[in-house]
Amino acid sequence: MTGPLHGISILLRRELLLSFRRPDQLLQPLVFFLIVTTLFPLGLSVQLSLLREMAPGVLWVAALLSSLLSLESLFKSDADDGTLEQMALSGQSLTVIVAGKAVAHWLVSGAALVVISPVVGTALAIPASAFGTMMVSLALGTLTLSWLGAIGAALTVGLKRGNVLLSLIVLPLAMPLLIFGAGATDRAISGTSAAGALYWLGALCVLTCTLAPFAATAALRITLE
Amino acid sequence: MNTGIDGLAVEKVHVWRGDRHVLKGVSLTVGPGELLHVSGANGAGKTTLLRVVAGLLRPEQGAVHWRGASILAARSEYQAALAYASHEPALKSDLTALENLRFLVGLKRPVSLSELGASLERTGVAQCADLPARVLSAGQRRRVAMARVLAYRASLWLLDEPFTNLDAAGAALMSTLLEDHVAAGGAALVVAHHDLNLSANTRHLSLA
Repeated sequence: MTGPLHGISILLRRELLLSFRRPDQLLQPLVFFLIVTTLFPLGLSVQLSLLREMAPGVLWVAALLSSLLSLESLFKSDADDGTLEQMALSGQSLTVIVAGKAVAHWLVSGAALVVISPVVGTALAIPASAFGTMMVSLALGTLTLSWLGAIGAALTVGLKRGNVLLSLIVLPLAMPLLIFGAGATDRAISGTSAAGALYWLGALCVLTCTLAPFAATAALRITLE
Repeated sequence: MNTGIDGLAVEKVHVWRGDRHVLKGVSLTVGPGELLHVSGANGAGKTTLLRVVAGLLRPEQGAVHWRGASILAARSEYQAALAYASHEPALKSDLTALENLRFLVGLKRPVSLSELGASLERTGVAQCADLPARVLSAGQRRRVAMARVLAYRASLWLLDEPFTNLDAAGAALMSTLLEDHVAAGGAALVVAHHDLNLSANTRHLSLA
């Protein structure tokens, strides 16, 4: 039998291959992130101080929304074509399947978002000295969000149009991320220590990484029936 | 016949879907070297029964046993011995036939590409191995799904309408595969709304 770690690596390869076969689905959330964040400097007055003050919030809200865009399809396309049933009967625990898919989701949405965030940061007049903190906070936040989203996606997989409900389930849970994530970026911009907020983000990330797989597994088991 | 110990035994399974009592105390056994053909009108609960047997649906009453143990207790052992083919071919349209097999079979057991190629060859779709599933016809997709069942190397096959979309040659091939599986000591539970006409050790169960 295939072991759980090998199972996760097979799933990761499968998810990444599927994402790269459909580059439009890979790029859309990133382009959305870029466009939403560049709308703000265009819409607001050109005062740099005002923009810089609003930048962390804008950046984080856009990151949350763009991560949400790709969440609906996390389990849905596999459920629709019957491959999710095959995975559920593969002898692997459902937790392995949830873990593989959540990590793959983070790699193609969250990690990509972290990589392009300096571009967005520049557009929002965030000083380059704050980029490090901003990227670390985004990495922790989007990973947490992928796990929270896995719970929401598992709960709504059986619904015809579950996208709105998915947002209503996930966004309230993501509020602490927004508070600490934007807080960390804000401190980094003003030049004070962002350690406190980053520790909180790290704690939230560990909490969801350890508990969300089981919650998402339970949700998926209910919706598979 | 002591099939409850070395094969599949379903005991008085009841399933309700909302207010509808779909399965009303269905019992059956399938031992090694046996094929059970389940027939019944549309909506009689054939697919529901298959999902219960596969462990995808938990019955309100009754139990499913495999080799004497409840399938809930011996979950991973049961799933390792099981090949389930739903009426969907369960292929990702953006992956090639071979990739589709590689990932799903690989989750169940370590498998080599040449072995998967041989399964595709056996079901007559070796030429489709490197084509994305999206360009395959419905019959070819069915054959690829059947190649996956072969590659699982399972002792229990659960097949939902396996003859759908197959041409005459495909249907004959499907019958041969089933006969070979049963002759090699495998067990099969086949849901089909028509007669199977197999020479294998076949029993029938009609769902009212």
